[in-house]
Amino acid sequence: MENIVERFLGGDRRALARVISRIENETPEGREYLREIYPRSGRAHTVGITGSAGAGKSTLTGALAAELRRREKTVGIIGVDPSSPFTHGAILGDRIRMQDLALDPGVFVRSMAGRGALGGLAPAINDVVATVEAFGFDYVLVETVGAGQDEVEIAGTTMTTVLVNNPGTGDDIQAMKAGILEIADVLVVNKADHPGADTLVSQLQGLLNLSPKDMRRPAIVKTVSTRGEGMDELIDAVADHRNYLETEGLLEGHRAKNARHQVLSIARAILLQRIQASTPDEQLDELVRRVGQRELDPHSAAEELANIVSG
Amino acid sequence: MTAPARTKIRVLIAKPGLDGHDRGAKVVARALRDAGCEVIYTGIRQTPEMIAEAALQEDVDVVGLSILSGAHLELFPRVVEELKKRDVDDVLLFCGGIIPDDDTKQLEDLGFQAVFRPGTDTREIVQFVYDNARVS
Repeated sequence: MENIVERFLGGDRRALARVISRIENETPEGREYLREIYPRSGRAHTVGITGSAGAGKSTLTGALAAELRRREKTVGIIGVDPSSPFTHGAILGDRIRMQDLALDPGVFVRSMAGRGALGGLAPAINDVVATVEAFGFDYVLVETVGAGQDEVEIAGTTMTTVLVNNPGTGDDIQAMKAGILEIADVLVVNKADHPGADTLVSQLQGLLNLSPKDMRRPAIVKTVSTRGEGMDELIDAVADHRNYLETEGLLEGHRAKNARHQVLSIARAILLQRIQASTPDEQLDELVRRVGQRELDPHSAAEELANIVSG
Repeated sequence: MTAPARTKIRVLIAKPGLDGHDRGAKVVARALRDAGCEVIYTGIRQTPEMIAEAALQEDVDVVGLSILSGAHLELFPRVVEELKKRDVDDVLLFCGGIIPDDDTKQLEDLGFQAVFRPGTDTREIVQFVYDNARVS
């Protein structure tokens, strides 16, 4: 694996695969590779695809990629599936729904395990997205773990967020609740051949009518992704969102906001490591014991820990 | 100070050819998941090219093939050839299914380090993977 970054930059897909592994595993080489290739990221249109388990995210991602290929765009796909909280193992099954793309040289599919990250993504997701972008794909599609009401991290990773909904999964009060619906730039009603699709569309429209007038109104697109229906409209809606960010001069702000979030969360992780590294186990055990015995409240205990590092 | 290594064994479980009997492949995938591996499961009816391409893109450490149709001596050499074509030469290979004892030698010569037949204890498969996987 000599000159792996050179091979990566030369378009070697095996080098891409290996670089992703190093970065995903947070090895020192991985950090080095990322430093070298990071300046080349940021050019792709990154699209997050989220929604509940079984909503059809993988099939939709596959169908969307197939349509992008018909438009001669290259596509990197990152599919995240959950890790077991007990054994830390995972079954990564997103490729099953993307078989038609398996041998297309303009497509690269990578599965990632959640590895305990909250929010429907994986700890190294931002680094891996940057890596796939830097390889030179026109689009990078990021499919989250099946997300419920509150997994909104994806909006901090990608440029455009697509929320996949299904008919028959709740009334309009569900949709009024705060959380995941607020991050959608495009709303998809998938399985639109099922009963209730039009009802869901009008519920979503009714909900959008309640939003403040100056807020951008997300497009609503009906799809049947098993048959590739609605993909044209979906791509147009996704492209419209990017155009909107560009023409309104919001793209830079969007990038800066995501970068701020990333830098702060990495800094937080580093500080936590430093605290743990400089606190003897006995000292931590003793603090925790006192909190358990209600001799000390958890905030004071945490402050005591933090003071060890900051002096 | 460096972050703790999070390296996991990544395994591709795939079924080449046309037989749709995937219970065995799913049992093995599940056992490896429960043993802490990250298992990429690609499902049934995979061509040798699809399996090799998945192994490359996913940068797996281990490839396990399941087959019950009797076409293993047709399909497995082609999987190995497609892997070589892509320079994927550092993965641990194993297979399982309805495979006559007489074929073991030929499969070993191809690079398969184990052949698991019906009735195998999944713990034996897990042990084999943990003992032999070269985690990249």
